[in-house]
Amino acid sequence: MTTWFSSPDDATTRLRGAGYLTDDATALTAYLAGTLEKPLLVEGPAGVGKTELAKAVARATGAELVRLQCYEGLDEARALYEWNYKKQLLRIQASGDGATWDETHDDIFTEEFLLTRPLLGAIRREEPTVLLVDEVDKTDIEVEGLLLEVLSDFQVTIPELGTVTATRRPFVVLTSNASRELSEAVKRRCLFLHLDYPSAEREREIVTSQVPGLDERVAAQLVDVVVRLRELELKKAPSIAESVDWARTLLALETGDLDEATVARTLGVVLKHASDHQRALRELKLASR
Amino acid sequence: MSLLDTHIGFVEALRGAGLPVSLAEGLDAIAALEKVSWHDRETVRAAYAATLVKRQPQRVTFDAVFDVYYPRLIGDGASAAADGSPVRDSGADLARFREALAEALAAGDPAALQDLAVDAVARFGAMPGRGPGLSSWSAYTSLQRVAPAELADRLVQALLGPGVDPEQAQRTAARRIGDFTRLVEGDARRRIAEEKGPAHVVDTTVRPTIDRLDFLAARRSDLEEMRREIYPLARRLAARLAKEQHARRRGPLDVRRTVRASIATGGVPLATHHRPRRPHRTDLVVLCDVSGSVASFAQFTLLLVYALREAFGGVRAFTFVDDVVEVSDRFRPGADVVEVMEGLAASTAHASMWGRTSYGRALTRFAEAHGDAVGPRTSLLVLGDARSNHSDLALPVLGELVGRARHAWWLNPEHPRHWGTGDSAADRYGELLPMLECRNLAQLGEFVHGIA
Repeated sequence: MTTWFSSPDDATTRLRGAGYLTDDATALTAYLAGTLEKPLLVEGPAGVGKTELAKAVARATGAELVRLQCYEGLDEARALYEWNYKKQLLRIQASGDGATWDETHDDIFTEEFLLTRPLLGAIRREEPTVLLVDEVDKTDIEVEGLLLEVLSDFQVTIPELGTVTATRRPFVVLTSNASRELSEAVKRRCLFLHLDYPSAEREREIVTSQVPGLDERVAAQLVDVVVRLRELELKKAPSIAESVDWARTLLALETGDLDEATVARTLGVVLKHASDHQRALRELKLASR
Repeated sequence: MSLLDTHIGFVEALRGAGLPVSLAEGLDAIAALEKVSWHDRETVRAAYAATLVKRQPQRVTFDAVFDVYYPRLIGDGASAAADGSPVRDSGADLARFREALAEALAAGDPAALQDLAVDAVARFGAMPGRGPGLSSWSAYTSLQRVAPAELADRLVQALLGPGVDPEQAQRTAARRIGDFTRLVEGDARRRIAEEKGPAHVVDTTVRPTIDRLDFLAARRSDLEEMRREIYPLARRLAARLAKEQHARRRGPLDVRRTVRASIATGGVPLATHHRPRRPHRTDLVVLCDVSGSVASFAQFTLLLVYALREAFGGVRAFTFVDDVVEVSDRFRPGADVVEVMEGLAASTAHASMWGRTSYGRALTRFAEAHGDAVGPRTSLLVLGDARSNHSDLALPVLGELVGRARHAWWLNPEHPRHWGTGDSAADRYGELLPMLECRNLAQLGEFVHGIA
């Protein structure tokens, strides 16, 4: 009944078609997540394409992407569902004296007054859905409790209405920067994938596919520098997203050769801390230029 | 061994190595394996990893255990069968082998390196002589014989070329030689596992994950890995602290905002709003023993303290061997980690007048010169192994400092069973202030979380 991926190779091909270059482990894990109908927890440094993976799965399979962006203070009302209080108040006021309280009471807890939030929305959808729970480590512990029911049984219990069970299980992707250790309970329900910086070869492929106009040689030089930068102990190592940004910058500057002067001039695109900047200049021996 | 036995043994071994693999996850793994083809070992590895590993630091351990239970090949594999001759170790063989290795390293061909690693253990790593059929394998012996590190210069020469500067060539050379060393170690493990059973090998050779690794037993490469781990750790801790403080911080009712919000719901205050509570911050004073025996431990704790500055109002750090030096100014906000550690190393050189650790003298000097740093709002943190070379301990001085501080702790990187043995004064200092065992990153993290 699922129509996600038919094999790991199929996942590789179709994700590639959707503009996402995977390695074998990523493709295999994406395939397993679809086949086993288990949520997929993706961890890794910022900017290595965790969110992008979910989007690519949606693109590749023609599914709709439902996104829940997590943040500190996210609660049930924002993640799951909420009653439309204002409308309920109006309803009570409008019912006047004619209706008894019981009728009004039954009336105001119906579908009409239910505001669907991403989690419930994803579960109720009939069409194929990719549910992206982004930056799940930013939430409070309590939200993980909410997620548990959704992730293991794909259902949501609304006290006034009963239990809503998914007719079609969504493909769930949770992303995390590991700024907080997620609870064992959540992890146990998920498949785990750690996305790391890609190999130089794959990064070159990614950069050239994202920025097609860039000279092959410049792309190679760029990736070399980025790989070196990641070897330094920086506060914020450059991510794939930043290499792509850099490639765009170089393209806009019409750079034919990534020499040291150009690196020094455009380093701000990839490094976001003053101390990192200085350190990179020193380590790459660019200080004098 | 049947496949199921291997699977169960594998899961058991992972548990033994410290990975919390539940029954449900084991079942998931089997379900996942049913869905993939078995012809590729890396596929099996990835399927296991996706279902069983739930934290990236565990991955190294996982890979080591996987290699032992699902070996790449058995015995000498196809290479020995091809020429049929028994493997020998002779001078000529060694010269030929090193030639081949140098070429493979220069080419950076992973498949060739893997084959050579197998070959190296087969030829030069055998330790026969314990009766027929009984032999053992040693990565150490083979690496001693082959000595890949001696090929480094040649490799650098080979790598030098257009667009490659010497430094880059050296880095590449070091990395490839390191990779080869790891391959040899892995193959020796595999062979021993074949003879003695995988469970034995996992018990004795698989190292604990990096956050459980003992500070005092860490190797150089481990230390680098730990240092990389410290920033994420500090970030995780800071995020957790901020969040918990935030949760506790529900101040008095903000009537104005509450009433205003209630207008939207017809005057019914459905949600209340609160004023934020003033943050309460304490100062932290760190006294850190930087003598040779605890130097690496000191590095981590200082680095962590540095990374956690935000959680405390003010941080003052002092290092000592037998004299005290303030190093607070090294911890400039936004400074570069490597630079800070270099600066620390330079300034701690002055912390020693006589060269031998003396807690008594250091504490006395601290009380004289910087006694005003400790006050009723201060948390005092002493880091060291409390081994004072049988000299004066200055217990009253420390007692007085502890009395003046709001809180005081002593972190000791030694196992508690060594406290009070030899010249350790841990038990005597422990009577004055709580002495805690802090031997790895996990314990360090727990402690910092507890005090902030």
